[in-house]
Amino acid sequence: MSNAIATRTLGADVGRRDGPRKVTGAATYAYEHPLTDPAYVVPLLSTVARGRVVGIDAAEARRLPGVLAVLTHEPAPELADTSNPELAILQSPAIHFRGQIVGAVIAESLEIGAHAAALVRIEEQASDHDVVLRVDHPDVFKPDDDGTDTAHGDAEAGLRAAATTVDATYTTPQQHQGAMEPHTSVALWRDDALRLYESTQSVHGVRETIMEVFGLRAEQVEVTAPFVGGGFGSKGEVHANTVLAVIAARAVPGRAVKLALTRHHVFTLGSHRTPTIQRVRLGADASGGLLAITHDVWAHTSRMKAYIDQVAAATRMMYAAPSIATTHRLVPLDVPFPSWMRAPSETPGMYALECAIDELAIALRIDPIELRIRNDPPADPDSGKPWSSRNLVACLRQGAERFGWARRDPAPRRRRDGRWLAGTGVAGSTYPVFHTPGSQAQIEFRDDGRYEVSIGAIDVGTGTWTSLSQIAAEALGVPHERVALQIGDTALPYSHVPGGSAGITSWGATLFGAARAFRDRHGDDPAPGDTVTAGAPDNPAEDAYAMHAFGTHFAEVRVDADTGEVRVPRMLGMFAIGRVVNPRTARSQLIGGMTFGLSMALHEEVVMDAALGAIVTPDLAGYHIATNADVGDIDAAWIDEIDPHVNPMGTKGIGELGIVGAAAAIANAVFHATGTRMRDLPITPDKLLRAHMALGA
Amino acid sequence: MDIDITLHVDGEPRSLSVDTRTTVLDALREQLGVTAPKKGCDHGQCGSCTCLVDGRRVTTCLSLAVAHDGAQITTAAGLGSERDLHAVQQAFVDHDGFQCGYCTPGQICSAAGMLDEARSGFPSDVTADLTADVVLDADEIRERMSGNLCRCGAYVNIVAAIGELAP
Repeated sequence: MSNAIATRTLGADVGRRDGPRKVTGAATYAYEHPLTDPAYVVPLLSTVARGRVVGIDAAEARRLPGVLAVLTHEPAPELADTSNPELAILQSPAIHFRGQIVGAVIAESLEIGAHAAALVRIEEQASDHDVVLRVDHPDVFKPDDDGTDTAHGDAEAGLRAAATTVDATYTTPQQHQGAMEPHTSVALWRDDALRLYESTQSVHGVRETIMEVFGLRAEQVEVTAPFVGGGFGSKGEVHANTVLAVIAARAVPGRAVKLALTRHHVFTLGSHRTPTIQRVRLGADASGGLLAITHDVWAHTSRMKAYIDQVAAATRMMYAAPSIATTHRLVPLDVPFPSWMRAPSETPGMYALECAIDELAIALRIDPIELRIRNDPPADPDSGKPWSSRNLVACLRQGAERFGWARRDPAPRRRRDGRWLAGTGVAGSTYPVFHTPGSQAQIEFRDDGRYEVSIGAIDVGTGTWTSLSQIAAEALGVPHERVALQIGDTALPYSHVPGGSAGITSWGATLFGAARAFRDRHGDDPAPGDTVTAGAPDNPAEDAYAMHAFGTHFAEVRVDADTGEVRVPRMLGMFAIGRVVNPRTARSQLIGGMTFGLSMALHEEVVMDAALGAIVTPDLAGYHIATNADVGDIDAAWIDEIDPHVNPMGTKGIGELGIVGAAAAIANAVFHATGTRMRDLPITPDKLLRAHMALGA
Repeated sequence: MDIDITLHVDGEPRSLSVDTRTTVLDALREQLGVTAPKKGCDHGQCGSCTCLVDGRRVTTCLSLAVAHDGAQITTAAGLGSERDLHAVQQAFVDHDGFQCGYCTPGQICSAAGMLDEARSGFPSDVTADLTADVVLDADEIRERMSGNLCRCGAYVNIVAAIGELAP
């Protein structure tokens, strides 16, 4: 194997292999697999937040020509496993949130299905509901989860001894992943077997869950997903829509059914990020050395199922202090089921921590970059393990240089350009290097001289088609053009969900393991048909080191002093991400994460009406995500970092790092511009103006 | 009620019978198997379904098929092919102006239509001088492309791609 070729392959600026297919619309997403004469499924949703269905009259709908079936809980569709309340749909008349599936129509066309859905009369009996997160809720509880609370040292004593303290409460609203492709299934039940074309982040994960819920064997469930229109965590777990599609397919065996959630449906059925209330306390000595850090988190969950994001996880390892304490509490409410959203824990948690650090820097009159450098821990404060690599300080220094931080006057509200107040802010970022072991890959040498590399991985837009081809080529020591990659199907070797930015890290290590096994068995000059299936060996370094990616965000904002509108003309991210497989797609992912963070800072909020228990922003007009005109110049760069411990490639996950801390950098810049500290996201004009008026500004 | 119509899709006349409630988008995707335009919201809020209808960019999810008998509809698949990309498509590939690709055919059609509008002198909300020739700087491109949402956050690269072709 030639090192020269290897070097050209891993780290090469290669355009997306699927690029031409995507720009011409030829890439096939779940709903678009050509099937003969499909039927259409239209879900019926509850309109109260808590209660029960007391009557269903579907007679008129069933009489409508073109209606094949109306499904309700009478009779309840048979499920083998109803232990997951999110997936146990139509099993009882109980309603647990507004927007829950209480029935469905199967029809010859979408139009007939929508018409019939409007004809089904569902009588609901409402009970008192509660959808409002508050820290003094009587039902608040400590989740039954190891590591929910952590404590090193005596934080209260540390705070008492501190020369300067910050005690601030931050809130983040319920947020929505908002993948452009809604959750979609095409299901065909034939000869006791299920064929699924699914919009998912994990074909094997879907198979496993559907096997459990329906009591099927692996060979009865095939799942295909060559292209996925974004997931951001919302398609990481199976949700109720997929179960409904399978129930519907079983109701009309031999005929494919298509179920695409509408944009409205996705808001209640596609999961969401929980709102959080976070109290952060910091204590420092006069020179800025941290003595104590506490981070207490309250979030909501469904009354039916406890779901927790470890929001304060990053606080345990980000900075050095003799005492660090974190807690998490959940409030069960009559809300839809929360789940993962891009960097589920770190995104809200680092918003609070990195704003608090900024507040401390201002209180201490120390530059916020200098304060972070002063408290950079030599080893992981939580586990005590050495870092596999930690280059936050390098990111801060190099990012500051590139952004022009040295010219910054730290005083707030000093820079005015007509109506516009200008400011800059900085925040740190981190994300763990997760490994999901157990994936397998097959490598076969073909008679056309190419290596067919098969793994049940997924490309949700991250660039997997391209980057895994590069990694396979590197591992095999051939140009990437000689790799024919196959992903996105349960017919391929088993692969885990690419959650936690673990995709390239885990799949790549698997390909390295398989390539080594292939060369061991077949040598460098294989014969056509030579095949190996193998996985990655365990990485002993995983237990020995704390493994994280790091980064810093710099933001420049302009705030309209009259309207409170915040604009972000410039953002720079500087990251430490180990080895970069493909600089083009890596930069896109990082910029994409930063854009997501900008959107979180300024726009995104699922507004839940307390009286109705209803989401009143269930579309893209009500739930604002950043548009092109909301985004200015965003650039992402990375330092040279070699991490010999993380995996054979030396890579760290990057899909989530770009969002972590981005909103804090913007909030900190808003303070610098206006002198007003905005602790409740999103930073909308109404809040900023109100705060200004309160200040008499 | 069903009505017989003809849509000229990417240069091909396609005759079909449509429910009067069927949108152009659903007629294309569900009846004609033309899946380049995507359904992201079905409310005209995301732009994923954007096609060029008689040369102008249109959100096809808000257009009823029965009202478009005889229309010329160009999708991203009609602008170029995988082996012969349209200049806008090539620029998107070169600048990595997409990730998941779901909003992309709509972005491509919107960009092609928008470049044409600019060449024809159409001003936008951020055009300072309504009588001068349009200069598509970054702010103009951002404004004119804001009917097309991209959740992956590829806007920076989309602006760079279109900027390469701007008059």
